[in-house]
Amino acid sequence: MPLELTEEQQLLRESVERFVERDYTFDKRTAMLAEDAPFSRELWRHFAELGWLGAGLPESAGGYGGGPVEQAVICEALGRAMVLEPFVSTAVVGAHALQMADNRELADALMPQLTEGELVVALAYAEQGARFDLHHVATRARRSGNTYSLTGDKIAVLDAPGADKLIVSARVDDEVRGKDGVALFLVDRDASGLHVGAFRTMDGSSAANVTLSQTPAELLVGEGRGLAALEQCVERGIAARCAMAAGAMDTAYMQTLAYLKTREQFGVPIGSFQVLQHRMVDMLIAVRECQSMMLMVADDVIDPDDAERRAGVAAAKTFVSKRARNVAQDIVQLHGGVGMTEELSIGHFFRYLTQFGSTYGTAAHHLERYTEITRQH
Amino acid sequence: MSLQYSDEDRAFMDEVRTWFLDNTPAHLKGEAFMFGEMSADDNVAWCRELHRQGWAAIHWPKEYGGTDWTQTRKHIFEMVRAETQAPLSYCMGVNLLGPVIYSFGTEEQKSRYLPRILNYDDWWCQGYSEPGAGSDLASLKTKAEKKDDHYLVNGSKIWTSYAHMATKIFCLVRTSSAGKKQEGISFLLFDMDAEGVEVRPIRSIDGKHHLNQVFFTDVKVPLENLVGDEGQGWSIAKYLLTHERTNIARIPMSKVMLAQVKELTTRAAGDGTVGDREQIAERLAEIEIDLNLLEFMNSQMLAQTDAGKAPGAESSMLKIKGTSIQQRLAELRLEIAGYEGYDWQGDITDDETQILTAASQYNFSRASTIYGGSNEVQYGVMAKAVLGL
Repeated sequence: MPLELTEEQQLLRESVERFVERDYTFDKRTAMLAEDAPFSRELWRHFAELGWLGAGLPESAGGYGGGPVEQAVICEALGRAMVLEPFVSTAVVGAHALQMADNRELADALMPQLTEGELVVALAYAEQGARFDLHHVATRARRSGNTYSLTGDKIAVLDAPGADKLIVSARVDDEVRGKDGVALFLVDRDASGLHVGAFRTMDGSSAANVTLSQTPAELLVGEGRGLAALEQCVERGIAARCAMAAGAMDTAYMQTLAYLKTREQFGVPIGSFQVLQHRMVDMLIAVRECQSMMLMVADDVIDPDDAERRAGVAAAKTFVSKRARNVAQDIVQLHGGVGMTEELSIGHFFRYLTQFGSTYGTAAHHLERYTEITRQH
Repeated sequence: MSLQYSDEDRAFMDEVRTWFLDNTPAHLKGEAFMFGEMSADDNVAWCRELHRQGWAAIHWPKEYGGTDWTQTRKHIFEMVRAETQAPLSYCMGVNLLGPVIYSFGTEEQKSRYLPRILNYDDWWCQGYSEPGAGSDLASLKTKAEKKDDHYLVNGSKIWTSYAHMATKIFCLVRTSSAGKKQEGISFLLFDMDAEGVEVRPIRSIDGKHHLNQVFFTDVKVPLENLVGDEGQGWSIAKYLLTHERTNIARIPMSKVMLAQVKELTTRAAGDGTVGDREQIAERLAEIEIDLNLLEFMNSQMLAQTDAGKAPGAESSMLKIKGTSIQQRLAELRLEIAGYEGYDWQGDITDDETQILTAASQYNFSRASTIYGGSNEVQYGVMAKAVLGL
């Protein structure tokens, strides 16, 4: 387990932090949210040029030899600015799906496009009524010769509106909750029968409810292995989003601390009140815990032992989701009325951290999973 | 108060229930103005409907258009109102200003304002907080200078809910800067369309516009619009805040929400329902137990106070418990919504209203521990006034 970052990792962190501080200000983000485009392609290409899109990928996959720790370091810094670009969907989850692909020819052709910023992907797995169960898949895949077509509905597909391709879970059998029949497919953004109903989620990022009607698709990971691949993609996504949440929490914490030192009531800075001091100390502890948890889980996601890996990820999502909710609530409470507005970044951090809480499953969902995985039999 | 209802009380309960069932418009059942589910016109129309029945302000004394009901009956009324999912209307005039007018106003002010409040002829908003005066409300700076036949008002108020819909404002203003800061505050009423009043909208984290900042530049307010004496504003404000705090427990709203969240637990989730998952049923049960007790305690507390007299510092306890319940309910609903609620500003369909509005309602629920005196202030009040610390 990496107890501290290497020099290269520290340099990577500093360079991403410098970038977001200078080029991804709150005002700039606010202006981007007013645009129709889900994110900036120009910035995305810039991310690619800086090497961030391949920084967390092994050289065998066209990356620069890094792994989940590099991804965590980048995500933590991106979270500080609540970056809208689809880093997790594409450079973490999407890249991992390509690495897991049975269809090597297809994956090897796409990977360089992804790391060079030419290919943006989004993972479409959630369905109405599925809660957060990855194996609950009603979307059907039908084979005809060597081609497949998909029919079904996916909800809350993060980053779908700006994606070039969707990675879609669909089943080849009829058992909606069966674990063996799930496979992963690639669908082109302009494929026939694909409808992408775009919206912005409360944290400002783009998402869509997606309808597929006999939509042509390419097989990425076949039945039998599909569910395991999906699960690992989601695990990578959880680790990366925990890091983003940790970065967001740290920046929101620092802004709140600065506010407590300057906002005066009763003739003194409100930070002089003991009840608020203790809450700030609780917040600091929560932030530091999450920054450590983000490195723990970056190590857990590569654990070859299934139970260890699953338990580690469930633990991290449970823990960071809970802390993120508390911190989100406290930064608003300590700012008072002005924390309730869209005018300060605090309200946006609140939304960002609130939404993180349910992405890939709530704290309660992952606590149930953790209990199930670690129960003594 | 006795919960062993008499036959007369039971008859009363039936009468109230029948009236609400017969008169609640179907499209407003369970809806709340503050959650943006009910239009301003519907809000006014529903309040007037209640007024025609004589139920617009049941807590006011009967002589001013309220009722002479026992506390038991008031408790029954609120219970039935919640149980029948009558719309949750919004009326600052009835809840906050009315008690101030009949307690501190002149006879002329009573006859001029109270009937208009009951019939919602005026939409009142509350001008309390200022950019520099939040928890420390007494440091407010909006100035009212006494001229020959009017006050000249200059300054700004913030977090003014629905100022953009209001026709009138009741305001705390500074009429003197001598002596203790609390002693120079006065309570003033004026028109929102008076010259020099400007409203700036503030969008909140629920993505909606309820809040505003209001600016006053040389606004002329007639001298007779002062309520109470000059310098009495702080006593009036404290009286009013205790009213707001009992009201802020928002027990009827929580009861409606509880019923809604309970219904959501029957939604499909995997091979079962949402209620089977993530300890959602148990968490909901805990909130229900707390809420039923709070409802009982609230009625107990009201029964212990004489009609018209504001409850004491114990009202802080109601606010603390009531806001915690509101926030926990909103949080649980957001969790139930999960991915299905991500399209938080999407078109609302009848079936999915509770899911699609879960996020914005949760976000706005965070305000309840901030407004009406933040919960930190309530703890301070309790520590000082109740514990004597």
